[in-house]
Amino acid sequence: MDNARNSSSPIRPLQSIEEVDAGLGAAGYIASRPISTAIYLAHHLQKPILVEGPAGVGKTELAKSVAAWLKLPLIRMQCYEGLDESKALYEWKYGKQLLYTQILKDKVGSVIGESDNLAVALDKLHAFGDIFFSRNFLEPRPLLRALEQPGGAVLLIDEIDKSDQEFEAFLLEILSDYQVTVPEIGCVTALVPPIVLLTSNSTRDLGDALKRRCLHLHIGFPDEKLEARIIASRVPDIDVRLLKQLVSFVQQLRALDLKKLPSVSETIDWAKVMVLMHIAVLETAVVRDTLNVLLKFEADIEAAEKHISSLTHKAQREAGIA
Amino acid sequence: MPGVVEAPAGVPLTSASEPLRRFLQAARGAGLRVSAAEGIDAVRALDVVGYSDRAVLKDTLGLVLAKTPDEKALYHEAFDLYFKHEALSADKDGENAPGGDVNSPPQGSGNALSQLLTEDDRAGLATAMEAAGRESGIENIRFFTQKNLYTRRILVHMGLHAVEDEVEALRTGETQLGMDRAALLESRVARLRDTVRDFVERNMLLFARGENEQYREALLKSARLSNLERRDMERLRVLVRQMAKKLAARYAKTRRRRLRGHLDVRLTLRKNMGWGGIPFVTVWKQKRIEKPRVMVLCDVSGSVAAMSQFLLMFLYALNEALSDIRAFAYSGSLIEVSDILEKEPVEQAIHRIMDVIGFGSSNYGNALADFEDGWMEFVTNKTTVIILGDARGNHNDPRIDILARLSQRSRRIIWLNPEYRTMWGTGDSDMRRYAPFCNVVTECSTLRHLERAISDVLEGAN
Repeated sequence: MDNARNSSSPIRPLQSIEEVDAGLGAAGYIASRPISTAIYLAHHLQKPILVEGPAGVGKTELAKSVAAWLKLPLIRMQCYEGLDESKALYEWKYGKQLLYTQILKDKVGSVIGESDNLAVALDKLHAFGDIFFSRNFLEPRPLLRALEQPGGAVLLIDEIDKSDQEFEAFLLEILSDYQVTVPEIGCVTALVPPIVLLTSNSTRDLGDALKRRCLHLHIGFPDEKLEARIIASRVPDIDVRLLKQLVSFVQQLRALDLKKLPSVSETIDWAKVMVLMHIAVLETAVVRDTLNVLLKFEADIEAAEKHISSLTHKAQREAGIA
Repeated sequence: MPGVVEAPAGVPLTSASEPLRRFLQAARGAGLRVSAAEGIDAVRALDVVGYSDRAVLKDTLGLVLAKTPDEKALYHEAFDLYFKHEALSADKDGENAPGGDVNSPPQGSGNALSQLLTEDDRAGLATAMEAAGRESGIENIRFFTQKNLYTRRILVHMGLHAVEDEVEALRTGETQLGMDRAALLESRVARLRDTVRDFVERNMLLFARGENEQYREALLKSARLSNLERRDMERLRVLVRQMAKKLAARYAKTRRRRLRGHLDVRLTLRKNMGWGGIPFVTVWKQKRIEKPRVMVLCDVSGSVAAMSQFLLMFLYALNEALSDIRAFAYSGSLIEVSDILEKEPVEQAIHRIMDVIGFGSSNYGNALADFEDGWMEFVTNKTTVIILGDARGNHNDPRIDILARLSQRSRRIIWLNPEYRTMWGTGDSDMRRYAPFCNVVTECSTLRHLERAISDVLEGAN
């Protein structure tokens, strides 16, 4: 069923997982192997990817990077409670439709002409194409827009867990067949199946039907090596030894019992702060002053403060600074 | 990539997908819910990435099969377990071993087995064992009581009878050489038996763990809570949380039921005044649905304490579906415990409450009087009052009058009684006298009862 669709795809078929790795790397996204595998599979199986994981580990960033790497437009749909199809899929241009009926009223004489009786007039009216419900009056919203991109697209459905359960059901058609049904017009099929990424912070459990249609990618906190690579690519000016300390410190911090663990995005922010402040070595005082970049809750900062000096020393030791 | 994406019928069940099929079964056994569609996805995905790289294989199947963090953990465990055990049996030449030629060793060829035993060919034995396991349907093992049965079956498949015959023959031959050989064979058979038992145990871990869990959970849900043992508590807590989550999701759905459909003419006209009354913007009627306000009165006297724990746990797990919970605990007298419950995690809070007021002898009249003095004024016609208790007031005055007043003020009263219905009204039970003032009186002694009762509370709010 998909051969024709595939061959019409101007997206060059990906050759290997390594290619994905390299491509994402070039776009500034350091991917772990499961991430690259997921993108590779999503491309070949034409299945959407459901990305779950804590906030700030780069779920949204992944979609952006894929779009940047493949040079495809990124179409983003932010979900929220109460989102419905008129905001996600399409909306009729009511104003223009009304204008159209006004015009039609004025022109009705010329359309029907000099008809003698009602039957003839009605025949003529029916012969006249009905464009009230037609593509011209359709205002495409993100989902429809993604299907209509001639060169393919990356569709990011962000924070799907924030939307209502009904909305999930409504996504199923587009996720499994890359088509949507507009009751007045019929089925709109994707010109080129977009690469679809859904993200979720798991604030609620998603339905089985949705999950079944997706590949499921869980992005957790990266390990020390990967995190160091990510920081190095995002904050290129950073000194190598400082980088080691930073990463080691954050990794240790994640082992503590905190309400909200610092994420990769926070580590990046922290690294930027360090570079801005021209700091070469991580010291207790510096950490204490800038801890609010990493931790966003008062209680967390309090809890972490007790451990700062020991964590800092350990980080220094690991980075080879006595 | 033509040919990759094929209709389900086009996916041939070749020997290459045989190990995958077995793995899927192992994954299901480990508690993963793998649907047929996901199985097909797995086949398609492996067509794309191939079998050669174990790490890629693991990532790939993980993406396709495991869809929650819990499932991911189960999956990793199952994958490692399965392939460790495949590796034991796999031939040296790698990937096609598990599905391909392992089936070829002829079953029941006693000579082959005795030869393997004498040569102490572990690899050969493992291969034969694996094949025999497959033939005896080891993946269907479910309970540990079946362990001996499957061990025996596998040994028979491997040709144990022939070896036993041979040993017998050697012994009757009564030559020294024959006796030695018989002894050797016997000791080797004993060792083989242990190996096979090990193998069966591993398989049971692999294929049956999830099912046993499910069986146990089903049992716990319908067991009387007062009969449960301490060691089940932890599991019950998890269960309660799951049930509450499910209930909350279902309730949220009905609450947000689509309200579009009724045009609010007045508001629409008002909103479109600027366009001369042409309705560019439509306004739809919205129905406000109130979340239920709940007051729970929990008996924490010795007789009912276990049940109260679970009711409180349930209600607090349901927090998001309820707008306002106030919890009270009573035995001889009544206190409000909402604060304790909000500040501490439910498990600890319940211990605190029990320390403060629990395990006394109950006095319903007194408790109701306390409630009227302190909190009756907060009861409105939106409040659902849930009372959990056996209504055994130790022959004190039951103060039916207070309950009557409460029923007038409140939206409704639901009485959950953990005793069997036949016990109501016997001895010092005042249940029959309280009942007329309650909207619902129901027996509630298992988790299932509790779930049903609370689901009624939620639905009644709509």
